[in-house]
Amino acid sequence: MIEIIGLNKSFNERKVLNNLSLKVDTGSTCVIIGRSGCGKSVLLKHIVGILSPDSGQVIVDGQDVTQLKESEMDKVRMRVGMVFQGGALFDSMNVGENVGFGLIEHDHIERKQLLERIEEALCMVGLCGIENLMPSELSGGMKKRVSLARAICIKPDIILYDEPTTGVDPITADSINELIRSLHDKIKVTSIVVTHDMKSAYRVADRIAMLYQGRIIAEGTAEEIQATEHPVVHQFINGLAKGPITETVEHLKNRQ
Amino acid sequence: MEKLFIILGKKVTSFLYFSGGLANLVSQTFYWTFTAPIKKERVFIQAKKAGVDSLPIVSLITFFIGVIMAFQTAYLMQRLGSEMYIASIVALSLVRELGPVITALVVAGRVGAAITAEIGSMQVTEQVDALQTLATNPVKYLVVPRFIALSIMLPILTLYGDIIGIFGGYLICVYKLGITSSMYLHIAFDALLFKDVFTGLAKTIFFGMIISFVSCYEGFNVEGGAEGVGKATTRSVVTTFIMIIAADCFFTALFYFIFP
Repeated sequence: MIEIIGLNKSFNERKVLNNLSLKVDTGSTCVIIGRSGCGKSVLLKHIVGILSPDSGQVIVDGQDVTQLKESEMDKVRMRVGMVFQGGALFDSMNVGENVGFGLIEHDHIERKQLLERIEEALCMVGLCGIENLMPSELSGGMKKRVSLARAICIKPDIILYDEPTTGVDPITADSINELIRSLHDKIKVTSIVVTHDMKSAYRVADRIAMLYQGRIIAEGTAEEIQATEHPVVHQFINGLAKGPITETVEHLKNRQ
Repeated sequence: MEKLFIILGKKVTSFLYFSGGLANLVSQTFYWTFTAPIKKERVFIQAKKAGVDSLPIVSLITFFIGVIMAFQTAYLMQRLGSEMYIASIVALSLVRELGPVITALVVAGRVGAAITAEIGSMQVTEQVDALQTLATNPVKYLVVPRFIALSIMLPILTLYGDIIGIFGGYLICVYKLGITSSMYLHIAFDALLFKDVFTGLAKTIFFGMIISFVSCYEGFNVEGGAEGVGKATTRSVVTTFIMIIAADCFFTALFYFIFP
């Protein structure tokens, strides 16, 4: 289980996370929605210990990761896979080396076993046999899927997805959604998906939480979120140009 | 006046921020170098990039420096009728000063800039974050091999550059100024003491460290995409040049008193 309690984070006096609290049950998929730049990726980076909060707790399976030493944190990281928005593949390595990076660096398994694990991970994302290609030879959608293969190759208990369907064509987006869903069903991983693609959110979520002004303002199942009367959530999920979100932005601009 | 203080304050703050960040990177690098097992193949790859691949440019530059030194010294020595000392002046100035500094500046421009651009690109495309999520410390993985490679390869490159520079002077002295081959070699190597070679090479270890630390630090601190990478690369080269010259000044003074 992942539990976030009273998380605060500021960058240059700009408060990005403001007393944020959230709970994600083991084996469930939680989708966090919100506008671009609202702090969704920052939240993910706190869970995996890339960023430290100003205050608050991030509890992963009973351990507060904000208090862990680097070596203890690395053990947690080996149970958490992360899929980055742009893939974040290491461009000096081929696809196989990228996918097997975690195992090569830490597990010291035999070469035959390593190659099998890499192939298994790539086949799970529908990209069998591309081990020898370089990241520069892949399309945007393929990069995201290889990034997902890299995350699942270490057999994680938790997978964090940062905008998995942004910037890919609708067919690729749907196949990524299907992958997220099948990983949830087959391996029972706990997933947090950050997105502003509502179609994707409805497709993969067990629960949806909306992040606005640094905190979770609404949380529920896809049906509950769709039926909400909260004006901010309503404007966001329906993609309306006018509403409380844009009015707040206009108000802040006028004040400046 | 108020604006002047604001600008001054910002400069001081950014200098302190840079010094603190660099000191932090230095301490982390030493920690990982001496506590974690080092993957030799990663060091070899960096040693090839920094050392072997720099051989052509170092050869060219130090050869020209040797030729220039021979001509410039000949201008004065011919007036004094002491052409035979050209060899010793070329050898001494190359081994003690020009070889180390010129080689370090060439490597800073070629290798340091490449390191900043590479790590900077990794930073903006979240590859550095990806390393961390795969339980791999970026300093251990990216900085330590470059630090070790540059600290070892720069003295070797300098020694090589010294020999090429002396050879450049040899060609001018033997084929233009009429000094015999054996006379040139005898005078050049006779003038060199162990302390000249030692002080010349010892400081290049520190120059190598400066290049690796500054270029990696600037790479990690890139912000704002491709433009940020460009700015960081420029800043890295300029800062490294200044720090190498300042360190050279310090070591020259230090060795002057230690080995009078």
